[in-house]
Amino acid sequence: MSKHTLSVLVENKPGVLARITALFSRRGFNIDSLAVGTTEHPDISRITIVVNVVEELPLEQVTKQLNKLINVLKIVELEPSAAVQRELVLVKVRADNETRSQITEIVSLFRAKTVDVSPEAVTIEATGGSEKLEALLKMLEPFGIKELVQSGTIAIGRGARSITDRSLRALDRSA
Amino acid sequence: MTEQATGAHHPQPRARSAAQAAQPVTEHVTGAQSLIRSLEEVGADTVFGIPGGAILPAYDPMFDSKRVRHILVRHEQGAGHAATGYAQATGKVGVCMATSGPGATNLVTPIADAHMDSVPLVAITGQVSSKSIGTDAFQEADICGITMPITKHNFLVTKAEDIPHTIAEAFHIASTGRPGPVLVDIAKDALQAQTVFSWPPQTDLPGYRPVTKPHAKQIREAAKLIVQAKRPVLYVGGGVLKAQATEELRILAELTGAPVTTTLMALGAFPDSHPQHVGMPGMHGSVSAVTALQKADLLIALGARFDDRVTGKVDTFAPHAKIVHADVDPAEIGKIRAADVPIVGDAREVIADLIVAVQAEHEAGHRGDYADWWAQIDSWRKTYPLGYDLPDDGSLSPQQVIERIGQLAPPNTIYAAGVGQHQMWASQYINYEKPYTWLNSGGAGTMGYAVPAAMGAKAGMPDAAVWAIDGDGCFQMTNQELVTCALNDIPIKVAIINNGALGMVRQWQTLFYNERYSNTVLHSGPAAEEKQANLGTRTPDFVKLAEAMGCVGIRCEDPADLDAVIEKANSINDRTVVVDFICHEDAMVWPMVAAGTSNDEVMAARGVRPDFGDMDD
Repeated sequence: MSKHTLSVLVENKPGVLARITALFSRRGFNIDSLAVGTTEHPDISRITIVVNVVEELPLEQVTKQLNKLINVLKIVELEPSAAVQRELVLVKVRADNETRSQITEIVSLFRAKTVDVSPEAVTIEATGGSEKLEALLKMLEPFGIKELVQSGTIAIGRGARSITDRSLRALDRSA
Repeated sequence: MTEQATGAHHPQPRARSAAQAAQPVTEHVTGAQSLIRSLEEVGADTVFGIPGGAILPAYDPMFDSKRVRHILVRHEQGAGHAATGYAQATGKVGVCMATSGPGATNLVTPIADAHMDSVPLVAITGQVSSKSIGTDAFQEADICGITMPITKHNFLVTKAEDIPHTIAEAFHIASTGRPGPVLVDIAKDALQAQTVFSWPPQTDLPGYRPVTKPHAKQIREAAKLIVQAKRPVLYVGGGVLKAQATEELRILAELTGAPVTTTLMALGAFPDSHPQHVGMPGMHGSVSAVTALQKADLLIALGARFDDRVTGKVDTFAPHAKIVHADVDPAEIGKIRAADVPIVGDAREVIADLIVAVQAEHEAGHRGDYADWWAQIDSWRKTYPLGYDLPDDGSLSPQQVIERIGQLAPPNTIYAAGVGQHQMWASQYINYEKPYTWLNSGGAGTMGYAVPAAMGAKAGMPDAAVWAIDGDGCFQMTNQELVTCALNDIPIKVAIINNGALGMVRQWQTLFYNERYSNTVLHSGPAAEEKQANLGTRTPDFVKLAEAMGCVGIRCEDPADLDAVIEKANSINDRTVVVDFICHEDAMVWPMVAAGTSNDEVMAARGVRPDFGDMDD
């Protein structure tokens, strides 16, 4: 199994996300994580999909099948070495007067943030690559994790080049 | 960073036969009028459909249209298959129309069918008013959600001003690139609202740019392999018909001298009588075609998709062959079998370019020598021709019935088949000499396809004779459309190959389930056995049924009458004719590659495994 991060630029129209997720389930591809948001252009949304594939062939099928969706403008695979990848976690950890300072120390070690404090718990916000966040959660686990929420991975290529430029031109042409 | 742009360098969609308005038009109309005007402008001359609440506004201007003929069917499934038959026979986009909810869901089977066989189809459905969407309103169904995986694309239209450009986009998507069905779901209030109709509309499909022009380097590479090969086969699929590339195919085949096999979807793309035609491949293909693929050292796949019914067990399919795979859909290339030379492009452009490239190889003195290969293929053709035995009890042989229909039919007759034994026999024992004369449900295997598809073909090609070759099982699924034929002057001919059973399933029960005929006997049930032993093949009485539906009904049971009955059916051209051929129930389809086994295990007949003399390789 190998993980690949795909940045999918799509038309910002209703139902596009459903088309993409339906395609994954229909073709039997595994989504590891998924994040959707707007881009610098209001007519384009960007979906970051981390896909888990057995061999190279299925990944090629994933991208080819995605490309066939009419609302998909462009697909780029972001290699981990040439891209910045981030996730966000919000985690509520059991904390009392005895443990709170230990937790705060871990939070600062990981350059995370405490965003809410109550007598029984603290809520921590952290961003980073999946390995860093896994390490953080492992450190927090002994205190008791009451609740955890995690975003999908978002990613952007390093360097000056933009993957949206050409798609924007295509969009302008068709308008 | 690897980058895969969605589209292509040179989008060159094929010109549709639809007439484009020369002068821009602007009119103040309702959304419904705008819909009908749009259909007129894209050149939709025939629409198969049934009105209902949500689509009702559209039917008012439809009543007045001089350019769109609406054919009122008896079931939406019939509308969908009729539109498919129309599209497959004419090459134009087929159009069907239904109301919301159950009207729309009744279109699901034909839409899925058209999707599997890449048929250009536009389905227009009414939807509940946009304000009611999501409230479980009367006759509400999320038809866009339902058809998402079985359409090339679909649209939900909630504003009247979006109707013209959506219709234009739907027809463009359906008919270009790899064709397919497109559904347009229009909310009732959008049909009722006032709007301005202007044509041509501005279309907006930034993510749709099908690649049609093949890459020159790949073409040269393919040509090189063709002249170097010792045992090549041109493996021709339905894409060649879709691309209208049959003339180019004949030139390429004769230029190279390579054997040609046409799949179930491609029958007629290359004349059956041509000496280079080795038959149909696959589960019920000819021994020569199946074996040629197995022994080949090069397959040139043109608009074919390595369907499991062709390949048998994929791991053992054509084990010695290099693969040149040309398809307009990049996702088909490498999906089942890795291609040595992948070519993305429209089949007509691919074949045209291949002709030039092969000629260049010939001029350079490189020419394939396939003499030994042909000697082998000819020996298989001679030793294992298609054939059948006549029943011992003097009853009708279904193969003979179908063979005689093919022999006695006028030239240019179009055949539409259902799904099952009769379909396979129709593929085997009728000679297809011309393109677009064989319509069937290949990928989806939709029983009940024949009658409505034949009706659609006849509506689109009124001067051609159209024979539906149907089974008694299939016929009982969609025969209500005979009423539509009778009332709309669409005189088709229907041959019911009536063996009183779900024949293909019965054949599998014979071969793989110890002849335990669980629920495949159609002409008798528990009630029939108790009360009336001889209810037999007369329930239902297809002759009476045909007459009740306004058609001519004829029965044929005796082989001595066969030709006379077919001639009689051929002589009636002003009414739909239904012939009930009472056939022997034990006839089986041969050759056969059992599901999931290797094509090397092809059986020429029951218990007869061809001897190729080189079984070890």
